[in-house]
Amino acid sequence: MLNYDRLVFEQSVKGRKGYSLLNNTYPSKYQMADLGAKLRLKTVPLPELSELDVVRHYTLLSQKNFGVETGFYPLGSCTMKYNPKINEELAALPGFTRIHPLHYPSSIEGTLKIYRYLSEMLSEIVGMDAFTLNPFAGAHGELTGLMIMKQYHLNRQDFKRTKVIVPDAAHGTNPASSAVAGMDIIEIPSTASGLVDIEQLKAVLNDDVAGMMLTNPNTLGIFDRNICEICRLVHEAGGLMYYDGANLNALLGQARPGDMGFDIVHVNLHKTFSTPHGGGGPGSGPVGVKKKLAHLLPGPQVKETDGFCYIETSAESIGRVSGFFGNTLVWIRAYAYILTLGKENIKRVGELATINANYVKESLKDDYLLPIEGPCMHECVFDGLLDKSTNVTTLDIAKRLLDFGYHAPTIYFPLLFHQSIMIEPTETESKQTLDDFIAVMKTVAKEAKEHPDIVKEAPHATLVSRIDEVYAAKKMILTYQDLLEENAKINEVK
Amino acid sequence: MFKYFPHTENDLFAMKAKIGIRNTADLFRDIPENVAFRRDYDIPSAMSEIELRKHLEALAAENKTPIVFSGMGAYDHYNPAIIAQLVNREEFLTAYTPYQPEVAQGTLQYIFEFQSMVAMLSGMEVANASMYDGATATAEAMFMGLAIAKRNKFLVSATVSPFVLDVIKTYAHFRGVEIVMVPMKDGVIDRDELLALIGDDIAGLIVQKPNFYGIIEDYTGIADQLHAKKAILIENNDISTLAVLKTPSDDGADIACGDCQSLGMPLAFGGPYLGYMATKKAYARKLPGRIVGQSFDKNGKRAYVLTLQAREQHIRREKANSNICSNQSLMALYATIYLALMGPDGLKEVNEMAYSGAHYLYDELLKTGKFFVAFEQPFLKEFVVKTSLPPDLIRHALDEAGMFAAVVIDETASGMQMLLNFAVTEKRTKKEIDCLVAVLGGLSC
Repeated sequence: MLNYDRLVFEQSVKGRKGYSLLNNTYPSKYQMADLGAKLRLKTVPLPELSELDVVRHYTLLSQKNFGVETGFYPLGSCTMKYNPKINEELAALPGFTRIHPLHYPSSIEGTLKIYRYLSEMLSEIVGMDAFTLNPFAGAHGELTGLMIMKQYHLNRQDFKRTKVIVPDAAHGTNPASSAVAGMDIIEIPSTASGLVDIEQLKAVLNDDVAGMMLTNPNTLGIFDRNICEICRLVHEAGGLMYYDGANLNALLGQARPGDMGFDIVHVNLHKTFSTPHGGGGPGSGPVGVKKKLAHLLPGPQVKETDGFCYIETSAESIGRVSGFFGNTLVWIRAYAYILTLGKENIKRVGELATINANYVKESLKDDYLLPIEGPCMHECVFDGLLDKSTNVTTLDIAKRLLDFGYHAPTIYFPLLFHQSIMIEPTETESKQTLDDFIAVMKTVAKEAKEHPDIVKEAPHATLVSRIDEVYAAKKMILTYQDLLEENAKINEVK
Repeated sequence: MFKYFPHTENDLFAMKAKIGIRNTADLFRDIPENVAFRRDYDIPSAMSEIELRKHLEALAAENKTPIVFSGMGAYDHYNPAIIAQLVNREEFLTAYTPYQPEVAQGTLQYIFEFQSMVAMLSGMEVANASMYDGATATAEAMFMGLAIAKRNKFLVSATVSPFVLDVIKTYAHFRGVEIVMVPMKDGVIDRDELLALIGDDIAGLIVQKPNFYGIIEDYTGIADQLHAKKAILIENNDISTLAVLKTPSDDGADIACGDCQSLGMPLAFGGPYLGYMATKKAYARKLPGRIVGQSFDKNGKRAYVLTLQAREQHIRREKANSNICSNQSLMALYATIYLALMGPDGLKEVNEMAYSGAHYLYDELLKTGKFFVAFEQPFLKEFVVKTSLPPDLIRHALDEAGMFAAVVIDETASGMQMLLNFAVTEKRTKKEIDCLVAVLGGLSC
């Protein structure tokens, strides 16, 4: 079924059915129709399909996608490592999937224990004292962490501290999270190599600063060697240090944010701890804090005395940030991953990821512009092609990689360079895979010089070619109903 | 080596040579010596797959999996087998956010289908690609409402779920938004009190249908009262009920939001679930999160792409109204497959079965003489009753019988009597209900 491009609605045939339910054996006097005016007037125009219709439709859609198992996925800052199969199977055990979030704690000791064990292991790995697993994603963890930061100052009657320092090289969610937490942002410029500019930092430190958000290694994949000094300065000014865990993979076995002086940390389980990204979630963004902040963690909290777990929300908590306990089945997968690696292997993650990134960096620097010399950590950043005489852009290179069956790296981020290409190979990729990728990257560089049109017109081998984003934004066809209306308009014109 | 690390000694030797280092410590020389981590983490040793399986199976076995008769935001609906099979296809499961649309048409198309289905169910014109859960979706809907109305005070009905309310309050507290509760009367929003509270400084009102007590409230006229003061109406719904109930759009709501857990997702101790948000087209640019739009590729082939991205973090990041980035994309696939399979009739039948079962259980509980009417109000699949039986007695008896029901909502809501929650889905049978009633009816103080 090549070129299958129907929407599920276009596969619908009136009268088809894909489900089976129990027979209704309740006394016939119980009829929903008795709700009368409370009921909707028109039936929902959902599609009507047989079971095979549905299965085939979504199987065909899956074939239009690219996952970590399809091919190398060097998307910088996203840590696209292998997502172990066993974790999927274990998270799907009925003992985990069939429990109600309000079930009595004594009846769900298994899940509560995992909450505790994982919190303790994460605390050890990042050097914190207490964790909440409730935040749903990285940005949600940021928001939770900033709420804790703000509440800490409020509780000390230090009402002036409303500002958060965010370096200009930070992930876009950092300033957005600060704004949503009701805090003002002080953006400070970075040095040429993307590090924190100590003088710029000193200049903004004041008694209105609540704290600073930092990614380390930073968004260029470089470890900020001044980190202890930065933490000291912010602490001396009365602020707290927030660690954005997006790049934590590099540090496994090498250093702990807690030891550097960070007070609050969020961890992306869907990056560092191998849970699948799901095409954009569900992720999980647990937040860890130092002891002095533990009482502020959001509720509900899972606590333990004498080996028995119970659920409680401390009176001083910032409150609830999620309906229940976050993405439970995601944090169960991360728990399984950490146990599989164990203390013997988890300490090697940062080292191997870093070797992979440096190997790619050294292998490509004759063809791509390396804006910053010296070792990188888990990811490396190029500023487009070394040869600037072609008009081939980073976007073109990314699209051409798709033709060779590779996912593109992260492009145009970090913003520090005009043609950023950010490559994060992760520790689960082999030398052969990297060698093949390097060869393709070199081929693309060569093509850019000799046959630039091939690169500029790429991709050629994918199911669809480059998509008109302007049309999408202008027409705003956001639902099937919109699409029908647009088609009707086009037919009218015809 | 270890099974997830492919590096052999030869590989490492060759790679280090290429990098130009003798040992890997050279790569980490920027880490100050005083913070370099030089020991093993104090965590367990590596487990083989066999050990891991035994360990997690043992933990799973410590959880009891009773027959579920409660709801309060998490419902034990049936999840057809095809969902798990399809969502576990690695092309869906292990992909990232669809930043390269040429190789992510699968994700983009199902999100487009999801947006369409949410619009159909809610009666609204546009929907986004998902929110974390119903509670955070409602809090974010409030922020969107503040941006639309350009005011800083929100009304929330006392009949909204306390789990949702707590999240609204947390978000509001830090953002400096004032929340004013509208009291309830007989289990529904007090219309007189509401009218008195709708002033020129109110950005909007948040209501829930069916409400926390399972009651299908009548919101007729409320939207007009709000709109007259240039305020907006936000309605939170368990989306599966919208297959049969009057829609938020029928109620005149400006934003519809809530949870989609009922659409094919397991209870899973509260997550991952799926929030949704839908609104009028005029407000599309104020929607948080991701939105997929239809377009064409340069050969004129129909294609889908993330659109309207110039709204939040991408441009005005320090003034952002939402910080949502990764959300619950795969859960949107659960919902989309579920809805495609159930179709208009299936989802209606699910609601009809739940209605019949819930009303049968309600009548049978009252017949025992130990449970009493709390509110004389219409409900669908979930309701509350009053009792004087001690909560521990109920809990113990149900635990013994392998049932989870009668969750205490409020111990003192009604004088000396407690309010208890019950919910019935299409998975429950008359026989199971009879068993439940027999257990509860046999209790005495």
